[in-house]
Amino acid sequence: MKATLVIRRGAPGEAPREETWQVPFEAGQSVLDALRWIRAHRDASLAIRYSCTNANTCKECMVRIDGKTVYACTARLHEAPMKVEPLPNKALLRDLVTEIAPPDERLGGA
Amino acid sequence: MPRSSADSAPQLSTDVLVIGSGGAGMYAAIEAARRGRKVILADRSLIGRGGATVMAQMTVAVGLEEDGLDDPAHHYADTLAAGRGLCDPAIARLLCEEGPARIREMDAWGVGWARENGAFKRAFAPGHDRPRCVYVDFLNTGPAVSKTLRTQLNRIPEIRRVGDLLVTALALRDGACVGATALHLSSGQPVSIAAGATIVATGGLTRMYRRNSASANMMGDGYALALAAGAELIDMEFVQFFPIGHLAPRLVGMDPIMWDPFRYKLGGRLLNGRREEFIDQYGSKDEGRYIVTRDVATYAILKEVEAGRGSPHGGAYLSFEHCSEAELRGAGGPVIDRLAENGIDLTRQAVEVAPIAHYHMGGVRVDAAMATRVPGLYAAGEAVGGANGANRLSGNAITEALVFGRVAGEAAAAHAARNAARADGAAFAAETERLRQGRGAVDFNPAAMVEQLQSTMQDDVGPFRTEAGLRRALEALRALRAELVAVKPAAGRAYDTMLADWHDLETMTRVGECVAAAALARTESRGAHQREDFPGMDEAWRVNQVLTLEGGALRIARRGVPQ
Repeated sequence: MKATLVIRRGAPGEAPREETWQVPFEAGQSVLDALRWIRAHRDASLAIRYSCTNANTCKECMVRIDGKTVYACTARLHEAPMKVEPLPNKALLRDLVTEIAPPDERLGGA
Repeated sequence: MPRSSADSAPQLSTDVLVIGSGGAGMYAAIEAARRGRKVILADRSLIGRGGATVMAQMTVAVGLEEDGLDDPAHHYADTLAAGRGLCDPAIARLLCEEGPARIREMDAWGVGWARENGAFKRAFAPGHDRPRCVYVDFLNTGPAVSKTLRTQLNRIPEIRRVGDLLVTALALRDGACVGATALHLSSGQPVSIAAGATIVATGGLTRMYRRNSASANMMGDGYALALAAGAELIDMEFVQFFPIGHLAPRLVGMDPIMWDPFRYKLGGRLLNGRREEFIDQYGSKDEGRYIVTRDVATYAILKEVEAGRGSPHGGAYLSFEHCSEAELRGAGGPVIDRLAENGIDLTRQAVEVAPIAHYHMGGVRVDAAMATRVPGLYAAGEAVGGANGANRLSGNAITEALVFGRVAGEAAAAHAARNAARADGAAFAAETERLRQGRGAVDFNPAAMVEQLQSTMQDDVGPFRTEAGLRRALEALRALRAELVAVKPAAGRAYDTMLADWHDLETMTRVGECVAAAALARTESRGAHQREDFPGMDEAWRVNQVLTLEGGALRIARRGVPQ
C-alpha cells in the first residue's frame, strides 16, 4: 500500500510551501512512521520532533492532520491523501515543528 | 539573556548543571536544590518527557523490610548474582540500601504504588528470589514516577528548567568540568552554561540499535561527553536485550516492552513458530510461568529463529489464549481497549515478540558519591556504569535513577558550594566556534546514516557477537565517522534536524566504537555479552574493562572487580 502525504513546510518569514510524498506502508503504521521514512529515504531536512517514537508518552509529535490536532505517532496511515501541517496556534520553528515547550521551560523564558 | 562580548553566544550560569531530565536528572536537580544550590536542568527535549523513565511500563525492585518478608541484603544478593561477577559492590549496595527510602518517598509524594490490604503489591520478576517489585497500574509505573517528580520539581524556584538544549561538549578549565556548551535547537544558536558542578544524567544508548525500546534521545550522549572530558567508561560491552519486545502485529501508542506486566501477572506462554514450547531446550523453564531470565530467553528466541523455527516476522509467539477475558481485563485494565484499537484480541490470537535493545549496563565510571575522576563532573541513573555488572536485574533501573540521582545531587551541590561558576568565555569558545563552523556540500542524508549505524549495531554488535562481525562493525563505524569529518551543517538555523542528526551521529559512532571495541577485547561470554566464538564464562575474565580517550584514541584497560 502507498500513502500520500501533503506536507506544509517552511520557516518563519518564508512563504509556506506544500510538498507531496508517496510512502510505502503496511496496515497499522503511523503517520510518524511515514515522516521518519521520508527523512531517511527522501529528504532529511524535513523538520519533525519526537522522542519516544512509539509509546505516546513524550507528547512532542503533535501536528495537524486533515484539519485535526493529533499525535503523529498514533494517527494511522491510509491510502487517501493526508494533509499534514504544523500546529496553527503555536509559534512555527520549522516545517512541522512548533514551539510547544511551556514558556517557563524555554531558554528565553522565565 | 546576557551575551558575552567575545562570541555573542548566549551565556547561562548556575551552581549545578544537570544534563538530562529523566528520573535521575529530575531527582538530582531536586536534591541539589534541597541543599541550597541553584540548578539548571537541561534537556534536549521537553523537561521530564524525553528519557526512559517516562516510558517504563514495568516494575521497580526494592527490598522493603517492614513486613519482615524482604530486606535490602536479599535484593543486593540477587543484584550481584544477576551481574555475573562484575558489579561494583559499593554502588550496587548503595542502590539496594537506599532503594526503600526513595520508594517510600515516592509513595508520600503520591505516585500511587499498587496496594493490597494496605501493603504495597510486589510482583515476582525473573532473577529475584522473592516478590520484590512495586508498580503502578495499569502499565503506568514510568509515567507516574515521571509525573510525580515533575510536580516536585515545578515547586522549587531554585531549579530553572531549559528544554531544547542539545549539549555537545563539557567545558574544562585546568582539567575540571566547569559547565557545558550546547546547541539550542529551537533557535539554532550555541549556548554556554557555566556551572560549579555538572551531572550527566542522559540515560543509555539503546537508540543505536535497529530494534529498541528507547526514546530517540538515548544514544549515549553522556558517555561521549564524559569520555571526551577525560572521564573513564566501564563495562561498555554489556547491552541488555529485553527478550519479549513487541514485534507484530503493528502496535502504535504503546512502548514495545509492554508485555512484561502481563507476564508478571498471567504468565503467558512462549511458543516457537510451530507453536511448541522451547525454553526448556535451553536449560530453563517456561511452562506458562515467568521465570526465565533475560539473557537465556533472548538466546533461546534468536536460536529458534536461526534454526528456521521463528514466528512469521522473525521472533516467537507470546500467547495468552488460555486466559479468560476477565483475567486479561484484570491484568491489563484499559490496556485491553488500547490493544483492541490496534486490532489485537488476546483471547483469540498470540502476538509475536522478539529481543529488543533495552538498557545499557555500562557507563560512566564513578565512585559511591557518583563522582567521576574529572573534578566537578558527576553521573546519575543509567548513564552510570558498574552497578549492574554484566546483566541488570529486572526492576533496578528506576531504583537506580532515584538513588543515584539523589547521591549525585548531594555530591554536586557540595562541590558547587566550594567552586563557584565562572562566566569566562575561554572554556566555551572552542566548542562554540566548532558548532558555528560548516563544511562540505550539505547534500548528505544523516537520517539514512543513523539507520545504517543502527543496522550495523543490531547485526554485528547485538546479542550475539563474533570477532569477524565486531571487526566489520568497527570498520563501518569508522567509515561513517569519516563521512562526518567531510561534511557538517553550520549552526544558526532554527530546528535544523540535519545538524542535530550530525551531532547524534558523532556521538553514536564514538559510543558504538566503545561498545564494539570492548566486546571484541572480551574473549568470553558473560551475561549480556555473548561471543559465539568464545562460548562460556572464563574465570580469568572476571575483570572490568575501563575505557579512556588518550590523544583522540580509545584505550582499553582491565581492572580487577572492586571487592
